[in-house]
Amino acid sequence: MANEVRKGILISTHAAKAGHPGGSLSAADVFTYLYFEEMNIDPKNPKDPDRDRFVLSKGHTAPGLYAALANRGYFPLDWLPTLRHTGSDLQGHPCMQHTPGIDQNTGSLGQGISAAVGMALYAKMNNKSYRTYTLLGDGEIEEGMVWEAAMFAGYRKLDNLCVIVDNNNLQIDGPITEVCSPYPIDKKFEAFNFHVINVADGNDMEQLAAAFKEAREFKGAPSAIIMKTLKGKGVSFMENQVSWHGVAPNDEQFAIGMADLEKIGEAL
Amino acid sequence: MTNVKKVATRESYGKALAELGSEIENLVVLDADLAGATKTGIFKKAFPDRFIDCGIAECDMMGIAAGMATCGAIPFASTFAMFASGRAFEIVRNSIGYPHLNVKIGATHAGISVGEDGASHQCNEDLALMRTIPGMTIINPSDDVEARAAVRAAATTDGPFYLRFGRFAVPVINDRPDYKFEIGKGVLLREGTDVTIVATGLCVAAALDAAEMLAADGISAEVINIHTIKPLDRDLIAASAKKTGKVVTAEEHSIIGGLGGAVCEALAETVPTPVLRIGVKDVFGESGPAGELLHKYQLDGEGIYNQVKAWM
Repeated sequence: MANEVRKGILISTHAAKAGHPGGSLSAADVFTYLYFEEMNIDPKNPKDPDRDRFVLSKGHTAPGLYAALANRGYFPLDWLPTLRHTGSDLQGHPCMQHTPGIDQNTGSLGQGISAAVGMALYAKMNNKSYRTYTLLGDGEIEEGMVWEAAMFAGYRKLDNLCVIVDNNNLQIDGPITEVCSPYPIDKKFEAFNFHVINVADGNDMEQLAAAFKEAREFKGAPSAIIMKTLKGKGVSFMENQVSWHGVAPNDEQFAIGMADLEKIGEAL
Repeated sequence: MTNVKKVATRESYGKALAELGSEIENLVVLDADLAGATKTGIFKKAFPDRFIDCGIAECDMMGIAAGMATCGAIPFASTFAMFASGRAFEIVRNSIGYPHLNVKIGATHAGISVGEDGASHQCNEDLALMRTIPGMTIINPSDDVEARAAVRAAATTDGPFYLRFGRFAVPVINDRPDYKFEIGKGVLLREGTDVTIVATGLCVAAALDAAEMLAADGISAEVINIHTIKPLDRDLIAASAKKTGKVVTAEEHSIIGGLGGAVCEALAETVPTPVLRIGVKDVFGESGPAGELLHKYQLDGEGIYNQVKAWM
């Protein structure tokens, strides 16, 4: 399924002639795992008050989330090529008024985690059993507000909150180690009283499954899953290329990318 | 107005929250380490389980309020106007305004009447900032009665609100049996024929004082209280402007982008009328007792009177 999500990312960003394929592809596996395995959700009842929540704090990777939601049945797959088009229900960054399954508007980095904390806090205050997940970029955690939210979540022991960091090591201006390194990421979340789970390969479903199980079962502190991923994963010419952060594939590149994914699909 | 009862509207805010707490179960109050000053401490005492102190982290507080609102809570997020509208502007815009969430921002310590803390804490820009956010309702009550009514209206009306309160005790001017608060409706407090004074917040009482002084000079001033800055009661202001032909705006806010700006925009499109904007004249404030500052910056009755007189 993650491969189908990857195809959806290429289809939508190619059609939009814009968007952020690199970070969408690095997170394609976690989107897939969350919506197909982990979360208690019902695509037919996207506003169910008891559903698990997901906030895409790294909102620019909406194409990955949209592809997962479409494949999960929140809306038809043929919405994907409308991404970023005037009048489309698939805005460049997630917008809950437009898209079924979106739990909060995001796009301006650093804000989604606070909203997720609010959702988790609400569950605690009202004895609700749903869990809240939020996905952040490794560049995104350079935003100071992330640490305001982390401090609050750790202090409040929000063990119904799972923060995921997509550690693909690249941000717009270059490798995160050459821009304003947030490393060590795990130690930082530990210092903010999180239960930290390091995932060596966040593009590996089995490793993701183990990490989310551990997070779900850990009580007394919020969990932070720091997962190493490959930006552009699955599309040969995009992998680990900083230049593919916010650029869409042209027709030729689209054909090569889809062929790459077809090959991966056949091998599965 | 020296013998009139005076109450700071931040006090009204805290009391109104505590009152509403027993009526509205999903009302929660957030603060950023200022519960004593914003008066949300009154709510905290009554409903400790529904009070959330976010620490000195206003941006995070606005985001948490947004997340809680998506789940059905009615969060009142409280801090000083400077931090609510200034520091947290982009979170208010993107996490609350854009998804049009049911978050109420209780902004206290607005304007120069903050007093001794000085310019760093005297927010004269919040109305201008908040006005630019689509769908944001903005209320700047004139006294205790109106402030309590505004909090109730906000709690019972869906959508994002920005409520502006002051630190300084101001005269209670709306304590009458027929007082009625309606979002978006200005209140004609005094009829006149020569000039219209459109006032908001603590300048409403001052405008009434000024109108009294102007009357002694033979100038008949109409006084309109605009508690809702957005949506603005354009009809009431335009009708009065048509009658008097001269409009003065009075506010404890920059003359740029607040009530003065809103009234000029409305009149330019309806009844083009000469306007005098009374407010903080594109300068930063300074330390001093609130009463002295209001006098120095000509926002008290005498200051408004002098400026209107000179302009007429």
